[in-house]
Amino acid sequence: MDADVIVVGGAVVGAALAYGCAKQGQEVIVLDGHDQDMRAARANFGLVWVQGKGSNAPAYHQLSRQSADLWPGFLRELTETIGMQVDYSRPGGMIYCLSEAEYETREALNKRTHNYVPRNDTRMVDRRELERMMPAVGFGPEVVGASYCEADGHVNPLQLLAALQRGIVAAGGKMLFRNTVESIEPGPRGFTVKAALGTYAAPRVVVAAGLATPALTDPIGFKIPLRSERGQLLVTERLQPFLPYPGSGLRQTADGTVMIGATKEDATDRGVTVASATTLALRATRIIPALASAQLVRQWSGFRVMPPDGCPIYAESAAHPGLFAAACHSGVTLAAVHAAIVAPAMLEGRLSTDLAAFSNGRFDVQKCA
Amino acid sequence: MFKSVREQLGKRSDMIVLVNGVETPAWDGETVASVLLRVPGAGRRSPVSGTPRLPYCQMGVCFECLAIVDGIASTQGCLVPVRPGMRIESQRGPREISR
Amino acid sequence: MSYDVAIVGAGPAGMSAAIRLREFGASVVVIDEQPSPGGQIFRGIERNASSPVFPALGKDYQKGQALAAAFRVSGAEYLPSTQVWQIEDGWNLYLTAEGKAQRIAARAVLLANGAQERPVPFAGWTLPGVMTVGAAQILLKSGGMLPEGKVWIAGAGPLPLLYATQLLNLGGRIAGFLDTSTPPRLSALRRLPGAWRDFGGLLKGLRWLRGIKRSGIIVRGFSDLRAEGNEHLEHLTWEMEGKRHRVEADVLLVHEGVVPRIHETLALGCAHHWNDEQGYLAAKVDRWGESSRKSLFVAGDASGIGGWLAATISGEIAALGIAGRLGISSETDRLRKRAHLDRRRKRALALRPFLDAMYPPPRNRLPDDVIACRCEEVTAGAIRAAARNSPADPSAVKAATRCGMGPCQGRQCGYTVQALLAEVHGLPVSEVRFFHIRPPLKPVTLGEIASLEKADRAT
Repeated sequence: MDADVIVVGGAVVGAALAYGCAKQGQEVIVLDGHDQDMRAARANFGLVWVQGKGSNAPAYHQLSRQSADLWPGFLRELTETIGMQVDYSRPGGMIYCLSEAEYETREALNKRTHNYVPRNDTRMVDRRELERMMPAVGFGPEVVGASYCEADGHVNPLQLLAALQRGIVAAGGKMLFRNTVESIEPGPRGFTVKAALGTYAAPRVVVAAGLATPALTDPIGFKIPLRSERGQLLVTERLQPFLPYPGSGLRQTADGTVMIGATKEDATDRGVTVASATTLALRATRIIPALASAQLVRQWSGFRVMPPDGCPIYAESAAHPGLFAAACHSGVTLAAVHAAIVAPAMLEGRLSTDLAAFSNGRFDVQKCA
Repeated sequence: MFKSVREQLGKRSDMIVLVNGVETPAWDGETVASVLLRVPGAGRRSPVSGTPRLPYCQMGVCFECLAIVDGIASTQGCLVPVRPGMRIESQRGPREISR
Repeated sequence: MSYDVAIVGAGPAGMSAAIRLREFGASVVVIDEQPSPGGQIFRGIERNASSPVFPALGKDYQKGQALAAAFRVSGAEYLPSTQVWQIEDGWNLYLTAEGKAQRIAARAVLLANGAQERPVPFAGWTLPGVMTVGAAQILLKSGGMLPEGKVWIAGAGPLPLLYATQLLNLGGRIAGFLDTSTPPRLSALRRLPGAWRDFGGLLKGLRWLRGIKRSGIIVRGFSDLRAEGNEHLEHLTWEMEGKRHRVEADVLLVHEGVVPRIHETLALGCAHHWNDEQGYLAAKVDRWGESSRKSLFVAGDASGIGGWLAATISGEIAALGIAGRLGISSETDRLRKRAHLDRRRKRALALRPFLDAMYPPPRNRLPDDVIACRCEEVTAGAIRAAARNSPADPSAVKAATRCGMGPCQGRQCGYTVQALLAEVHGLPVSEVRFFHIRPPLKPVTLGEIASLEKADRAT
């Protein structure tokens, strides 16, 4: 055996799980893919977000909330070990409403979510209150108000990924880059993982390869249904700090740049389009007209990893115990629970009890029928 | 740091521009970046560390000549020829956006 | 607006291509960042004829006059002071001028956007008072500006010698020349037979050097040049024969050759080749100047450094290639032969192999404290640290350090990051990718982008 656990995929989901496993004293090898592979953390908007998440899926909502609450401690511990700074803050977050209709829809959604949250920290703020909260911002005439949730925050997702990868190494794990996994073969005493640079064996394998996950798990009868959704994002030049709260689709980073995102598209190529830039720029300048003078520095696209119902999948193969899969589109928000809850649950065989709502079995049509 | 050949020949300047509010002679054909090099302390300050910077490449690839030109921030000074009465202001640190 | 051909750049290649394509009757638009035609080499050519600097700029510069005049009457639509910030397949070009964005369409695109000076980081290169030789020459061509005080030049290649000569002819002074070129190597001398065909060019270089010697001192065989001062350049120091030397300086002009502009072709996914001798990437083009992408052409220095005369000819060749591609002309091969384009280009490039071998890019180790990324102020040491924690992938370094994320979008640090990754991972530089280039290619405001919504609805 080469390790206790092999994690397939070294991006933000795989790295958080590997970091969690390594901190449990496990010997961990992370097999990462090609440079050009998708890494959600490199395309990510950077919200550590609660409001609106899983508005029809209480377990997902609660998991997001639990993660957001664990985040400050998770990050402190991670950054203290490696001596690296990660920009993170949790001032609460806004979802802006550009019409009475948007405002009412959002209010109704908040009420629905209130039914299953332990404390009510999300409320609608009207335009006057919004202006009081953000005196340096001139809002556009269409802005009616916003939904404000105290539990929301934001982080630099690029620093997070770099920190997690260093954290794995600091905890005794190995990051093996440019080592794309080709196949996983179950054997009597564990798994053999064939990758570009070698073959590795371990009693446990966690597949967190994003959209490439099904291609590795399906051939051994472990079905992980996923679809991809392209999102395009914009970032501006550095501006003086003026926007104290992160918002859905609009936030100012610690560096001063303003991020604007993200579209939801069916496209499968990694291109960017002027049409999408126009849509994004239009909405941002409707919220804050002065942003019209800010210069765009970069536009990029990434793919959301989407399970059919939008909720995360944490699953162990029934046929091959010890083989796990983790797939979700909110790897940044969920990084804290991935490290602190999901990884230990995998190691201790508690996935089916503690995180049953996230099993892949929920997509099994025959079982549901 | 730089001086016009024609000024050395005793010729009068072609126009007046305002650099941080101060009337400054300028020459036909020169760019905003050229003016920033002639007026002490007119350069930008880095939005990262605040250190002073002056135009470096003059051909649109270094972005060291960013200035506020007639109220428009982050203008690439090396691409903009001077015009009489033009208002040139130093861009110090990250730019502000108006309220 | 819709055209047969959109040409990006109104330098020698772009102008000559436009002139030739207009002779075929093609509808042509030429988009250029500068307020007047000429590119960097012929910058200010139309205005400077009556300037006192004109004689000092030399005969080669004066040759730009006829080209610019022919371009003006060619009938090509000319959009000066305009930047192309994105090119989409098909082709759609998104432009910005005077704060307004617009889209134009073209059946073929010619990128004739030239070169930029090779960014060579050293300690203190961000200090006010330090700039490139090319920049100083542009200041001379646009506004007749001469550097004042103690002026030092550091670097190698023909441009420092040419500029120094122009400066001296105008009564300027040079305190000293820090020559970074290595003594002529056998590999360079072996290329001389071909180069003798341009014997005049060589003689010019020697004459220039004599002029500089009369004005100031020439320093050779030094290392670790540092520009130092509080808020602006005050003195230079360097290492030589085990001693640290120090001189007062007001202006330092640096130059280590030029490299093609590649952001456009990289963003468009064109195939590139690595010129190992000169350490740059250039779009791969066929004998007509067509890139790996159909109806996307590249001409002039943008497809490999050859100088202005070769650029003029390659612009003409690309014009024929485009005429063939668009079905405007069916006898492009005959026209190419009749105009002796290949022979003329070969002649124009005769000295190039010698110059390339004579002036290789500096390959000395960058000290850890030197800033590599001017925009985000990332040091070579920080890049090395990130490189040690990642694969030899510039995207990983960019993500970990913000290097290349500033407004210049890696135009100043791209090759440095590549070289540092190669050094840390023990790879040849050619095996490390350049940054992944993302739009916009040039700065554009959110307001301009948002305004395209209304424009598209209106049409």
